[in-house]
Amino acid sequence: MAAPDRPQDKRNAIEAKGIVKEFGQGASALRALDNVSISIRENEFFTLLGPSGCGKTTLLRMIAGFEYPTEGAILLHGEDIASLPPFRRPINTVFQSYALFPHLSVWDNIAFGLQMLGRPRAEIDARVATMLKLVRMEELAKRRTDQISGGQAQRVALARALAPSPKVLLLDEPLSALDYKLRKEMQIELKRMQHETGITFVFVTHDQEEALTMSDRIAVMSKGRVLQVGSPWDIYDKPADRFVADFIGETNFLAASVIGFSEGLVRVRLSSGAEIAATLAEGARPGGDVTVVVRPEHARAVKEGGHLSGTVENVVYFGTDTHIHIRIPGGETFTVRQQNARAQSCGFAIGDAVGIDIAADAAQVLRD
Amino acid sequence: MASAAENAQRHHREEIRRRWMLSAPALLIILVAATGPLLVMLAYSFMAKGDYGDVKFGQFSLDGWFSVLFQRDMFDDTVTLADAHLSILWRSLRLSLITTLATLALGFPTAYFIATRPRHTREIWVFLVTIPFWTNLLIRTFAMQQVIRNEGILNNALRALGVIDEPLPIMYTDWAILFGMVYVYLPLMVLPLYASMEKLDFRLIEAGYDLYAGRLAVLRRIIIPLVKPGIVAGSILVFIPSLGAYVIPRVLGGGKNMMLGNLIELQFGSGRNWPLGAAISITLMALVMVALLVYVRNAAKSGAQHG
Repeated sequence: MAAPDRPQDKRNAIEAKGIVKEFGQGASALRALDNVSISIRENEFFTLLGPSGCGKTTLLRMIAGFEYPTEGAILLHGEDIASLPPFRRPINTVFQSYALFPHLSVWDNIAFGLQMLGRPRAEIDARVATMLKLVRMEELAKRRTDQISGGQAQRVALARALAPSPKVLLLDEPLSALDYKLRKEMQIELKRMQHETGITFVFVTHDQEEALTMSDRIAVMSKGRVLQVGSPWDIYDKPADRFVADFIGETNFLAASVIGFSEGLVRVRLSSGAEIAATLAEGARPGGDVTVVVRPEHARAVKEGGHLSGTVENVVYFGTDTHIHIRIPGGETFTVRQQNARAQSCGFAIGDAVGIDIAADAAQVLRD
Repeated sequence: MASAAENAQRHHREEIRRRWMLSAPALLIILVAATGPLLVMLAYSFMAKGDYGDVKFGQFSLDGWFSVLFQRDMFDDTVTLADAHLSILWRSLRLSLITTLATLALGFPTAYFIATRPRHTREIWVFLVTIPFWTNLLIRTFAMQQVIRNEGILNNALRALGVIDEPLPIMYTDWAILFGMVYVYLPLMVLPLYASMEKLDFRLIEAGYDLYAGRLAVLRRIIIPLVKPGIVAGSILVFIPSLGAYVIPRVLGGGKNMMLGNLIELQFGSGRNWPLGAAISITLMALVMVALLVYVRNAAKSGAQHG
């Protein structure tokens, strides 16, 4: 399990310890965060990923200071900041709607934080100029914020939040309002800015692809809990439980039973009787009936042999690759993704009998 | 055969004609019932006064306008400034300005409070604010009298609490007029303020806090600039009726603390000087127009800057 992890001795920028957040009181209280503990390292691009209502935005707002935890502590460089109002925290936010001040120009928006900090005029001028250059908006400094496009507003929001050189930058789904192409551009842009400024980014999104491409580490959240924290590689290839595996990418779930252990791996028997070696998710109970996951691209459809067998139910052509949906005994469907290496069909047609070959070490035993 | 463009154009012309027809009754009333009397007043202000009121038709005279600011001594014909009129004019302007500022100071937090309530309870608060509107102005003014007179609620309460020994003589002072006007015109300030605060994007306030602005800075740098249209509208709505207030200074100010409205009434009544009354009326209207123009220009300028 050699995840490409950063050194452990790096200082934590943000630590959330046992955070509980309840909205409302008594029996009708809604628990938005349920005992959440995470550590975000310095200079890290950290993503909170989950479906809407999972508590990721609540956690972000708590770090910003707009919500106060019902229980637990939030530490910034080791100091408890849970009771500080937002304007006393060296943390800035890029809001989902950008929340640019409509009565101020682009320049004044970016200068706002520095002005509030009482920085000298010359320093503000220089810093705003640097920021305008960083987000490539020099020409539009005098524009009103309703005279710029969505992508430009996004850049201004970013420049405004970065101008006071915060210790941590929070980004609340900043790309969700942009169209696909612009979003792709901004993803790269954001990574560049994080690299150039060296500031810790905490990024909230429900878009798993965005999370995978941009993050150093990801925390997957659901129903107010953190299910797994790890690198994109960890999260995608070694999902801890069914929710994580299902939420991120496409995946195949197989029923299996544990038959033994060897060298950190666990041997499981699939419903077909075939035995494969699988990795074990952290906290998974290593015995009895378990669920294993196999990503579609880690399996191959073969004419003969294979660990499982079934019949081709559907063949879907996607340009770069082809998805073959195979019905296996027990009524479940297993999807195999094969790259279209040459301009030829995958060689399978609906109704064909087919075997499924699972790559070595590709299966993972889930926690639940 | 008419082309499509001609058809469309004809249709457009018909539509415009239809709208003129529909608005004609209202326009006629405005023209005849509002502009007409104003023209009559303007004409009266340039005529000689009748012996028992009224005017002498056809007799041109500038006496009415002259008397707005000046007076001629009965015995030696020396011309001096009409101190009584100037002090009334000054009182009207001063009290109206203070009323506007006081309603703004009271109305701003009230409107902010309402705008920050959950959506379904806001209407209840707005309704509560407008309740005094459903009551006759005279009744409200007399109610105020019950509060501030020597044996009224306020003085009795203060005496019971031991704050004062003698009742505060509020009735028939400028304070009484001020209290009355602030009470009566407060809803006119709250409603437009609320209307613009309701549109305020409260995420902008969060953005302000996030960018190191404290509460006061957020108020000064974000909230006030954004609700400025409401502040302007509310100030116009309070200042203009305050300037022409009649019932409130009459009931609460007594005979000696007159405002422009009372002065006008006096000239048309026992003063028997209709040209002077007409001239003061036109003066009052001019003052209101100037105030409006200043506001409108201000609003247009800030509108061009801030959208």
